[in-house]
Amino acid sequence: MVEPPDERRTRTSLLPTDPTVMKHLGFIGIVLALLCSTFAWSAGWLSPHRLTQTSMLDALRAVDGLHPGFRRNHAKGMCVTGWFESNGNAADLSTASVFRPGRVPVVGRFALAGGMPFQADAPAKVRSMALRLMPPDGQEWRMGINNIPVFVARTPQEFHDLLLATRPNPVTGKPDPARVQPFMAAHPDVARAIGLVGKRPLTSGFADDTYLSLDTFRFVNTNGTSIPVRWAMVPVTPPSAPSPGNGPNYLFENLITALHQAPLQWHLIITKGEATDPTADPTLNWPADRPQVDAGTLTLTSAESEDNGACTGITYDPMVLPTGITASDDPILPARSAAYMSSFVRRSGETKPPSAISPATASPNGGPS
Amino acid sequence: MSAIVRFSVFARMLHWLMAAMILTMLFIGVFMAATEGTAYNTLLAFHRPTGLIILALAIIRLGNRFFVPPPPLPASLPRIQRMAALGSHILLYGLMIAMPLVGWGMLSAGAYPIVFWGSIHLPPILPHNPALFALLRHAHTWFGLTFFAVIVIHLGAALLHALILRDGVFPAMASWRTGQRDED
Ligand code: HEM
Ligand code: HEM
Repeated sequence: MVEPPDERRTRTSLLPTDPTVMKHLGFIGIVLALLCSTFAWSAGWLSPHRLTQTSMLDALRAVDGLHPGFRRNHAKGMCVTGWFESNGNAADLSTASVFRPGRVPVVGRFALAGGMPFQADAPAKVRSMALRLMPPDGQEWRMGINNIPVFVARTPQEFHDLLLATRPNPVTGKPDPARVQPFMAAHPDVARAIGLVGKRPLTSGFADDTYLSLDTFRFVNTNGTSIPVRWAMVPVTPPSAPSPGNGPNYLFENLITALHQAPLQWHLIITKGEATDPTADPTLNWPADRPQVDAGTLTLTSAESEDNGACTGITYDPMVLPTGITASDDPILPARSAAYMSSFVRRSGETKPPSAISPATASPNGGPS
Repeated sequence: MSAIVRFSVFARMLHWLMAAMILTMLFIGVFMAATEGTAYNTLLAFHRPTGLIILALAIIRLGNRFFVPPPPLPASLPRIQRMAALGSHILLYGLMIAMPLVGWGMLSAGAYPIVFWGSIHLPPILPHNPALFALLRHAHTWFGLTFFAVIVIHLGAALLHALILRDGVFPAMASWRTGQRDED
């Protein structure tokens, strides 16, 4: 249909005197208002209770305070480098290039869980290992794994609520039992998981500890079939019992000393899940008899402070996966991916004060800072 | 005035295809930047390639506009409205190109792998630089909000032409006709 330009309506017709003009203006207003409100809804501006990256980071801050420049969780840490050498054993489970026999360079990070960058080391604090495996074809694999048997929440919302329930009372500096008890009563799965975390055997330090994926992933093989997997980094160093520490950074200092004496190694042990195993719930363990595959050895050779190390300017987003590894239906994984980017954006735009583990501490002739 | 001059069929097709894609991208963008939900990575896996396809289409569209000039605005349009039209169109083209480049650039500066689709990765277009990553991530937000605002104004103006001014501006873009001209 051709609509010839209407000579009767010239620029004066914009004046909303004419009822049809009024009607049309009203219509245009409604169209634009609908578009804008749908947009506002998408952005969460109309739903203050929606769990967003911001509310998750706010909950972390409620527990540990704000420390500009540092990671919003696992804030105290240091960088390490080395390589992963695949033995080829996992190559028929997953097409990921890191599983072909051979070495790929690794940039890693050891850390203590929690958002306080200057917290004092202690045996029972949750320790973590983060790894970035960098094969030459660009099919990177990043992971952040912890020395606990299970994660403490089934969903991001539950984790968020747990953080808020256990945030310190400003007067006592301790979690408020009046908040914690009702939360635990309403979330028996969280209480059970925290119980398991509290009962884990402790080792002397970072070097002899085992770190677990907790979340479930899927390995996809050449036929396109996939199985659920979890994995662990199991130390070659025999675990020894914790001994009392010397100073606030003794765990990190012991790790640095050990790395300067000799490389430290871990085996990457893949656990193959069955179809019946819980994949969407990281608070649940899998049966202990699941078959395992030793996929290769991680060797770490050097230590660096976060202040000048290669682990600072990246985030160990667990969804940075090579072809051949995918996420499972575990709802914690996308939540981590989203929150890690937000944390990474914030800290990268801030000025970072010197870390607890300074370049001097991490250097071969360094001592306690 | 006896003739309606329309945009070329190709330009009209690109316009409506890209309009749908860009609006979808803006809605998905603000949603995924405000969720801890399970859709996050799925949406991001759609967002990246769609944004890069928009970049390619925007370049093709600018090229096409250069070779097939758009129909002139009606002579009846006051100067201020012409300037507004010109300004908003420049802004729209600028954002169509800037948004995907900023998205690609920020992932490059943040040392994320740039996954196009599946195992197809793109090279980084900027060096690894966390401060630049943070800056570009914020730019992606502000450009995105500006983009949406300009689209709302553009749509409002288009409807004004269609329903109230009826000066042939709207059918120049919104028409099923194949030809570029209709002589009365
Ligand atoms: C919804 C649940 C979780 C949230 C919101 C969360 C949040 C965070 C945040 C914000 C960071 C800092 C990221 C950065 O700035 O680069 C972080 C680091 C880390 N998270 Fe989580 N996390 C969650 C679950 C987990 C789980 C289940 C694990 C273990 C399997 C884990 C292991 C780690 C590790 C190892 C790091 C430190 C990485 C590094 O050293 O750079 N997190 N987490
Ligand atoms: C026309 C193209 C594009 C449009 C209109 C667009 C729009 C948006 C918008 C509106 C947001 C939300 C910003 C906020 O609310 O903070 C967003 C986020 C994002 N976009 Fe884009 N984008 C485009 C292209 C791209 C491209 C090409 C990439 C990457 C290759 C990309 C990657 C991202 C990422 C990573 C986020 C952030 C997610 C998060 O914060 O968790 N975008 N985009």
